[in-house]
Amino acid sequence: MKKSIFLCLFMLAVMMVLTAGPAVAAPPVKIGALFSVTGPASFLGEPERNTAQMVADDINRSGGINGRKVQLIVYDTQGDATKAVQAANRLIKDDKVSAIIGPSITGDTMAVIPVVEKAGIPLISCAAGIKITEPVKKWVFKTAQNDSLAVSRIYEYMQKNRINKVALLTVSDSFGSSGREQLVMQAKAFGIQIISNETYGPKDTDMTAQLTKIRGTGAQAIICWGTNPGPAVVARNTRQLGLKIPLFMSHGVSSRKFIELAGNAAEGISLPSGRVLVANLLPSSDRQKKNLLKYKRDYMKRFGTEGDHFGGHAWDAMMLLKTAIEKGGDSPAAIRSQLEGIRNFSGIGGIFSFSPQDHAGLTKDAFVLVQVKKKNWVLMK
Amino acid sequence: MEAFGEIFQYILSGFSTGAIYALIGFGFAVIYNSTGIINFAQGEFVMLGGLATIFFINMNFPLPVSVIFAIATATLTGVVFERLAIRPLKNATPLNLVLITIGASILIRGGAMLMWGKDTHVLPSFSGSDPIYIADATILPQHLWIFSITVLIIAASRMFFNRSITGKAMRACAYNREAAGLVGIDVKKMVLFSFIISSAIGSLAGIIIAPLTMSSYDVGVMLGLKGFCAAIIGGMSNGAGTVIGGLLLGILESLGAGFISASYKDAIAFIILLLILFFRPEGIFRKDETERV
Repeated sequence: MKKSIFLCLFMLAVMMVLTAGPAVAAPPVKIGALFSVTGPASFLGEPERNTAQMVADDINRSGGINGRKVQLIVYDTQGDATKAVQAANRLIKDDKVSAIIGPSITGDTMAVIPVVEKAGIPLISCAAGIKITEPVKKWVFKTAQNDSLAVSRIYEYMQKNRINKVALLTVSDSFGSSGREQLVMQAKAFGIQIISNETYGPKDTDMTAQLTKIRGTGAQAIICWGTNPGPAVVARNTRQLGLKIPLFMSHGVSSRKFIELAGNAAEGISLPSGRVLVANLLPSSDRQKKNLLKYKRDYMKRFGTEGDHFGGHAWDAMMLLKTAIEKGGDSPAAIRSQLEGIRNFSGIGGIFSFSPQDHAGLTKDAFVLVQVKKKNWVLMK
Repeated sequence: MEAFGEIFQYILSGFSTGAIYALIGFGFAVIYNSTGIINFAQGEFVMLGGLATIFFINMNFPLPVSVIFAIATATLTGVVFERLAIRPLKNATPLNLVLITIGASILIRGGAMLMWGKDTHVLPSFSGSDPIYIADATILPQHLWIFSITVLIIAASRMFFNRSITGKAMRACAYNREAAGLVGIDVKKMVLFSFIISSAIGSLAGIIIAPLTMSSYDVGVMLGLKGFCAAIIGGMSNGAGTVIGGLLLGILESLGAGFISASYKDAIAFIILLLILFFRPEGIFRKDETERV
């Protein structure tokens, strides 16, 4: 008798372990993230970190991925390639993550690529540099739109409107020089002649000298490539000099902040931008519209500011990972091959279609041209 | 004619930036001339002036009140800095003091970053932003504010240093601390005065340029260095030397950007600085000093 009670208890215990086991002990899906939350590129890293955390929390609140919680481990690279590599090693060796999103900038990403390639961990970069995915690397994907697509968008418009003599004014950092490279390279294909090619320093506060020089060249338009606050100074100086030719900017300033900084001088400026900036203006037939509006609303509710397309890169990276893990589980190899098979994924940055030949997944339709009218963005036809 | 219009615009643009450099350089000269210290936190007062004005305007104070509050904030920072970091040091060498000012500048910058974030902020122009045409070239109404305030400040301080007892006492301290003390000048008080004057001037410079250049926690670094160049070219003088130094620097930068390449704009400033330090460390306008033994 005593023996059977013992047996019953034992059986009970075994059953409890068996039933309770999976629910309690299902290990979380570990996702690593490298963002430049502080440092000069914090305007990228901060919204990316916020967005990634927000998406992870949302996933967990609605039951996780295939019933497993997501654990997001974020390290700050401070925009420093050495720190990015150290953090990547830590994510892979100590935290044992299944995949990594980030880093925020091209320099950090290029430094991290050899690490993930060697360890065989999928990386979805949030940086824009074209060399990240060209040539294609087995384990590396990216969500930020290539500069080349933004350049094509502008040139396409110019070609249509018979603008063929342009002046370039680019910032002397990696963003500016990458844009400049693309601008120079693609000009010929669109029948555009670059008749002036000037630069300015990231911290310069007066660009009238460069613009005066451009005024003397007879250019039909100016393309300025930089991130805030430089382009705002360019806009103000253009107005000061009474220059009447159209001014184009890059997607680097596609945020409300630019209009705030440039003030009246922003009027009439055109630039390529991700759709998130003008989400509410999009026709309701637009496939991205619903996600864009939801993202903006959620971000506003949680962080009190408007979600921008930088944060959108992290949203896309997280949701792409979720899609891949839902389909094939969380082993790094399975994630990689699932990512490569994703087609027509409607994200914040655009509609992604990856393939073994294309790990960037976007076309120039990821950009729309917008213009500043009455201190607000409008869509250009 | 076309080329002339271009050159005129370069010079006019250079003149405007040069006036700013002059005003900032002037703050360096004031402290140097009464304490022998080169205050590398000078640029941070410029930054504080601009950001604090924006801060007070956002709290819905009118512009003149915000300007006064901002100058008061920066001046107070200058006083606290002198009291806590400069005065307690006994027998400090000039090198120690210079290092302390660098430390203070990092501290002030960090404080401003925590307070106002890393974003760039805008101050509206004092009187509109419609360009004014002079021949073919243009300037903004804000430039006129900069020119006139620079002239006013420099005239006022010349009067102060050459005519008033306190001003003369401050110069005496710079010339010979001990002797000044012996004739009954309160040296410590004069040092404090010099910090008050230079932080007030620095912040004023920051305020009048903020509508043009915008402001963020880190604008002080470059502006401070350029102001330092201006002061060195002018031989750390309290008057015309620094003004001419600033204007010269501004015009050379602008012409260099126009005719050579804008990439070398900052390089031009620092090459001039190095050349002056190598060949005429006393500045290009100052006569060689003769010391009476």
